[in-house]
Amino acid sequence: MMAGLSNAGQDAGLHVLGPLEQIPVGEGRAFGVAGEQVAVFRLRDGSLRAVSAVCPHKGGPIADGTIDRSVVMCPLHQHSFELETGCSTTGAGPLRSYPVAADAAGNIVLQLP
Amino acid sequence: MTTLASRAARTKTVDTRRRLVVIGNGMAGARAVEEILARGGGVQYRITMFGDEPYGNYNRIMLSHVLSGEEDTGNIFLNSLDWYRENEITLHAGVRVDRIDRFAKLVFSDDGRATPYDVLVIATGSRSHLPPMDGMYTPGGRLLPGVFAFRTIDDTRNMVAYAQQDHHHRAVVVGGGLLGLEAARGLQSHGIDVDVVHSGGHLMNAQMGPEGGAVLRRSVEALGIRVHTGSRTTAVLGADKVTGVRLRDRPNIECDMVVVAAGIRPNVEVAVTSGLPVERAIVVDDHMRVPDEEEIYAVGECVQHRGEVYGLVAPLWEQAAVLADHVTGANPKAAYLGTRAATKLKVAGVDVASMGLQGPERETDEHVVFSEPSRGVFKSIVIRDGKIVGATLLGDSRKVAYLTQAFDRGLPLPEERVSLLFDVGGPGEEAGVAELDGAAQVCNCNGVSKQTLVETVKGGCSTLAGVMDATRAGKGCGSCKLLVRQVVEWAADGAVEEDPAANYYVPGVPLDKADLMAAIREQGLRSVSAVFAALAPGGAEDARSKMGLASLLKMMWAAEYIDERDARFVNDRVHANIQRDGTFSVVPQMKGGVTSPEQLRRIADVADKYRIPMVKLTGGQRIDLLGIPKEDLPKVWADLGMPSGYAYGKSFRTVKTCVGQEFCRFGTGDSTKLGVEIESRFQGIESPAKLKLAVSGCPRNCAESLVKDVGVVAVEGGRWEIYVGGAAGAHIRKGDLLATVDDPETVKLLTGRFMQYYRERANWLERTYAFVPRVGIEHLRSVIVEDSEGIGPELDAAMQRSVDSYVDPWTERDDPFTPGQFRTALPLEVLPQVPVR
Ligand code: SRM
Ligand SMILES: Cc1cc2nc3c(=O)[nH]c(=O)nc-3n(C[C@H](O)[C@H](O)[C@H](O)COP(=O)(O)OP(=O)(O)OC[C@H]3O[C@@H](n4cnc5c(N)ncnc54)[C@H](O)[C@@H]3O)c2cc1C
Ligand code: SF4
Ligand code: FES
Repeated sequence: MMAGLSNAGQDAGLHVLGPLEQIPVGEGRAFGVAGEQVAVFRLRDGSLRAVSAVCPHKGGPIADGTIDRSVVMCPLHQHSFELETGCSTTGAGPLRSYPVAADAAGNIVLQLP
Repeated sequence: MTTLASRAARTKTVDTRRRLVVIGNGMAGARAVEEILARGGGVQYRITMFGDEPYGNYNRIMLSHVLSGEEDTGNIFLNSLDWYRENEITLHAGVRVDRIDRFAKLVFSDDGRATPYDVLVIATGSRSHLPPMDGMYTPGGRLLPGVFAFRTIDDTRNMVAYAQQDHHHRAVVVGGGLLGLEAARGLQSHGIDVDVVHSGGHLMNAQMGPEGGAVLRRSVEALGIRVHTGSRTTAVLGADKVTGVRLRDRPNIECDMVVVAAGIRPNVEVAVTSGLPVERAIVVDDHMRVPDEEEIYAVGECVQHRGEVYGLVAPLWEQAAVLADHVTGANPKAAYLGTRAATKLKVAGVDVASMGLQGPERETDEHVVFSEPSRGVFKSIVIRDGKIVGATLLGDSRKVAYLTQAFDRGLPLPEERVSLLFDVGGPGEEAGVAELDGAAQVCNCNGVSKQTLVETVKGGCSTLAGVMDATRAGKGCGSCKLLVRQVVEWAADGAVEEDPAANYYVPGVPLDKADLMAAIREQGLRSVSAVFAALAPGGAEDARSKMGLASLLKMMWAAEYIDERDARFVNDRVHANIQRDGTFSVVPQMKGGVTSPEQLRRIADVADKYRIPMVKLTGGQRIDLLGIPKEDLPKVWADLGMPSGYAYGKSFRTVKTCVGQEFCRFGTGDSTKLGVEIESRFQGIESPAKLKLAVSGCPRNCAESLVKDVGVVAVEGGRWEIYVGGAAGAHIRKGDLLATVDDPETVKLLTGRFMQYYRERANWLERTYAFVPRVGIEHLRSVIVEDSEGIGPELDAAMQRSVDSYVDPWTERDDPFTPGQFRTALPLEVLPQVPVR
């Protein structure tokens, strides 16, 4: 299985979002997954991160944010959030974070709780 | 039963605290309350404050910076209205106290209220002294329009508004002391031409002797301020507004405004009418109590203590602490024994610090003097019994922190006196700071002690900027910054983190712009990720730094730049401006504001086809299509078939023009043609911040050229004036005249050269309105117009490379640069929707 996802042997909550190439390196794209809006980012080291796509501050589009290895910065008012945990480093409310990784076929696989 | 119950309930809520009333909500009054609260006074007292200014307490010192435009009024408040609320203080702002009844213990205010007190604090401060001059008042008894005092936020705001009115060009400042010079310099930043009329024999005669005054005069005149000493303003001229002033023994001066900065007078009316002892000010003892009045205290500029009346903040911090010790009973032995106050002139470019005596008074006093008028340097130190009792320092502030400390604390001095003036192995900074007593005040403007700084550092704040933000130390006149730094470094035991944001071009790469550019060039770093890998600590990327680096690299490498799209801000990835609801706005290029029926028809068709919620004429003379979903952008551009107007970038934006010579009956130059040419040449070039230009066909300036980053004005004789550094957005500044040239080609050349110099030298997000005054117009003129550094051709060539590498970004409509470049980032229903008009 893929690193980062729980391997409880159950596929419960796993969603395949399609090929990795949808997301350019260093950027994010938004996906609607089972009714949730999720922003998935592809870091420059190749790994993936997923957080909820709507900024808790004023609804900004998180997938349009700027990222580095650890945070995403919302494009509207520049609040920052840790990509791992979703916690804000600038005092906004948190984003949700989701386990995500690429599978052997090069597809993005996201786990919803 | 019912009555009993409700009465019991009522008694429960009765506040048993004593009532503390403070008259005057200025720096001293509010500070006294802060000190009282810090000693647990909130439990003992229910606090009511009266202030006849309609605001919370603010830092009056900073008004000089507000006048000069360096600071906004919003940033100078020391106590927000929340602070009053949180501390359960009843604030009557905009209410004036008229009288105190000492026997009934009541305070009467002009809103008809009678407020009882148990303890009263008078902190009414002072007001500007307006010496009698004929014609200063209207028959109705109000100040003639154009005459200003300089004491309050309102004074400052009114002065700024008046100075910015077009037809106001000249001011006379009455008074050449600290305040007068700060007012003069502040007015200059609004494009006002200033004369200072001073009745003393030399400037700042309260702080320094004639020799220092002469050196100061040269420095002030070098700023372009005219100085008239030994003269008095006898009358203000003008029937319904100021038109000039009359001087004694000198010709009249024509002017549009008069600012009176001729000293201050303590506000003692309330005390006088209430029968309290008043001499030059309200008399207080060493406990800050009014003699024979157990329950009445006074503090700040309205008091006279041991014969002294102060006009600075340092004394009031000490007074407020002593007052609070007594009011709360925290320390019944506390005594105020007077303050040795030091002052600094807050005029950028003229360093003046002074303390204590101006010169020797006794035969045994030592006097160490150094004078170098040509460089504007003058230093004088008076020493008595091995201690500094006075100093005047002009033009070189390096030793100010140490000398202030030595003066303030009475520190022993080095044997070799010359080291007091110069860095020739004076006492080590370390020793100086370590010796400093914890209670010693480091920042006099904001009353911050060494102890407070040390505690802030121990509390985990380990950068200078962080400590300054947390304590406000160093944010007043700025003279203590060096000392604050030393204390922070000492307290952090060497572990002080450099302030990432202070000098770095971007926060994530620890280099200033010049060093960063040198490293990039040397190592051939062509992409943002390469810069991080080579120059950032641990090679770490930093989201906050990406956009600034992308802009810088593009400027440096032009066509050779490796464009990594993740380094761009979303606007630059999709070439449109993101809106509050996640949609975008599209502004097609309309060079010089000139359009055609054909263009307008296409825009109209697009607006119809995509049901654009709002079509608007912008302030930049073009048309904005707002509320376009990201996924529609490529189609919209394709249908428009026009290039991008770059309304979203940190880049060259627009050139506003007026109709000019061809149509306008006043035009003297073809402003439209030149504007279109300039926009064609420089379209889209990236820069540290937005660049907005304008070209007007005559000095009527219909294109508002004087408030543009670069503004061009045609003048009689076929010549063109080029102004730089103007602004009329969040900041207002009239541009400085860079050059007057003979032909449009030279306009384009110098415009390009100026912009390239700015691109290479300005900090990230530093607009020209900050950059131009920072480097100075004289310097710019010499480098750009006279080519004094011989870099003109280089600048021109670099700009040409950028011009040559321009590609209209909207061509990406047919061939997206990255997968999903225009894919929606959000289903819009979760966002606030833009109202459709
Ligand atoms: C569209 C326009 C208002 C209009 O409807 O007329 C506009 C709209 C915005 N202005 Fe402006 N400014 C517009 C002309 C101006 C002007 C007037 C001018 O250009 O002649 C000024 C004063 C001149 C100046 O720049 O100093 C102006 C001073 C500002 C400022 C303050 C800049 C400053 O440092 O003083 C900001 C904020 C900033 O840049 O940080 C700003 C920022 C903005 C932004 C980009 C806010 C943002 O970051 O999203 C607005 C985008 C709205 C949107 O959602 O699309 N806008 N803005 C104007 C576009 C002009 C154009 O055609 O390009
Ligand atoms: C432009 C400027 C620059 C300065 N720069 C410096 C500097 O660099 N360094 C320095 O040390 N000092 C400087 N000062 C001086 C410093 O601001 C004062 O020393 C300080 O503000 C005095 O505090 P205060 O509380 O005694 O008086 P204020 O701050 O004047 O407060 C008194 C308050 O009481 C109110 N008041 C008066 N009478 C009544 C009444 N009857 N009822 C209700 N309210 C009343 C007034 O409206 C005012 O708000 C500067 C002053 C100005 C104006
Ligand atoms: S600036 Fe002068 S020439 Fe241009 S439109 Fe205005 S009045 Fe006419
Ligand atoms: S909406 Fe994200 S920071 Fe404001």
